[in-house]
Amino acid sequence: MDRLKVATVWLGGCSGCHMSFLDLDEFLLELADKIDLVYSPVVDTKEYPENVDVCLVEGAVCNEDNLELLRRIRARTQVLVAFGDCAVTANVPAIRNQLGLRNDESVLQRAYVEGAQSNPGVPRHPGIVPPLLPRVLPVHEAVHVDYFLPGCPPPADRIKAVLTQVLAGAEPRLEGPQLKFG
Amino acid sequence: MAARTLTIDGKQVSADESATILEAATDAGINIPTLCHLDGVYDVGACRICLVEVAGVAKLLPACTTRVSEGMEVKTDSERLRKYRRMTLELLFAERNHVCAVCVANGHCELQALAYTLGMDHVRYEYCFPRWEVDNTHPLFGMDHNRCILCARCVRVCWHIEGAGTKNVSGRGARSQIISDLNQPWGTSDTCTKCGKCVMACPTGALFDKGATVSEMERDRTKLEFIVTAREKKQWIA
Repeated sequence: MDRLKVATVWLGGCSGCHMSFLDLDEFLLELADKIDLVYSPVVDTKEYPENVDVCLVEGAVCNEDNLELLRRIRARTQVLVAFGDCAVTANVPAIRNQLGLRNDESVLQRAYVEGAQSNPGVPRHPGIVPPLLPRVLPVHEAVHVDYFLPGCPPPADRIKAVLTQVLAGAEPRLEGPQLKFG
Repeated sequence: MAARTLTIDGKQVSADESATILEAATDAGINIPTLCHLDGVYDVGACRICLVEVAGVAKLLPACTTRVSEGMEVKTDSERLRKYRRMTLELLFAERNHVCAVCVANGHCELQALAYTLGMDHVRYEYCFPRWEVDNTHPLFGMDHNRCILCARCVRVCWHIEGAGTKNVSGRGARSQIISDLNQPWGTSDTCTKCGKCVMACPTGALFDKGATVSEMERDRTKLEFIVTAREKKQWIA
């Protein structure tokens, strides 16, 4: 059997879900025998490749880069998993949505002008610093999501449960406290 | 005290005529999910999680406020009920800002627990992200309207058990909110006795002890039932 091509990606989140992924400990070795990790914050691929079998998407969709990458991922991936609460609910990054219209401007003002100790000014470098979206989205509001893996972060055993089922070609099913948010 | 005989999920059940479907089911060991119901306090049917099917009735009925009747055939679980319960839950999550990861009640929240028990892996509706205030004017307790599901448990314990009548509901629909006295900062309330029953009753992290941080807000709700039983039946059952 061909080895599964797996990717993990980090959008607007704290990387805690990836830390939890690393908590898989010895299962990572088992995983390394069965998959090729083709794109991830822990490998050095610059371009998201074609024909990826499974992608775990951590983080909410916060800026134009996130959205563009996510659309590319969806087009090139068989099974997309919303990985962790930011991806599933938009979670903490979406708290700025409560500020209503033009919140993308006001949070930048707050962080880079009002809160600045020196050189106040919102960084604007087109092509380098991606503009914030007017509204932070959970992944499924931007593209179709196949499976949801909630948790902040999802505990390692929950990630293992999903990966094991996906590797076996089964539909991952989480039940009861394995679906707990937070 | 006449008895009524009915079937719940095909099981023959007998209950007093004054009993609700929820009480009859609980006595028979049949679990119906609830959210606004709180043992010891009268029911209002606010949350619609305990909806059940009754043969011959087209609409779904809340088990907590529907009385049993002779020959009634009740179904507490079906594809249709699961669909509506999940929908109701998702709407509750979409309507306010429930961010479990940073909530005082994380791990001790009835809304959160109900969501995973009923298999809610995500919310299909667009989140509203409304803007709500946090009232931190009270010396002992805080109220975060972002996490309120308007179950009115706090209102009921405040009026029915404590008899203070501080808490109330103002507004309509999704802009309804829990208020203190004449819609004033809780800390300026003349009627609040600082008893904390509302905090004990709250199913989510909306009402909390000041100083509690993420996941620290645990409550002992059996104390409320204890007080009511002691008062009404003169039985001090811990």
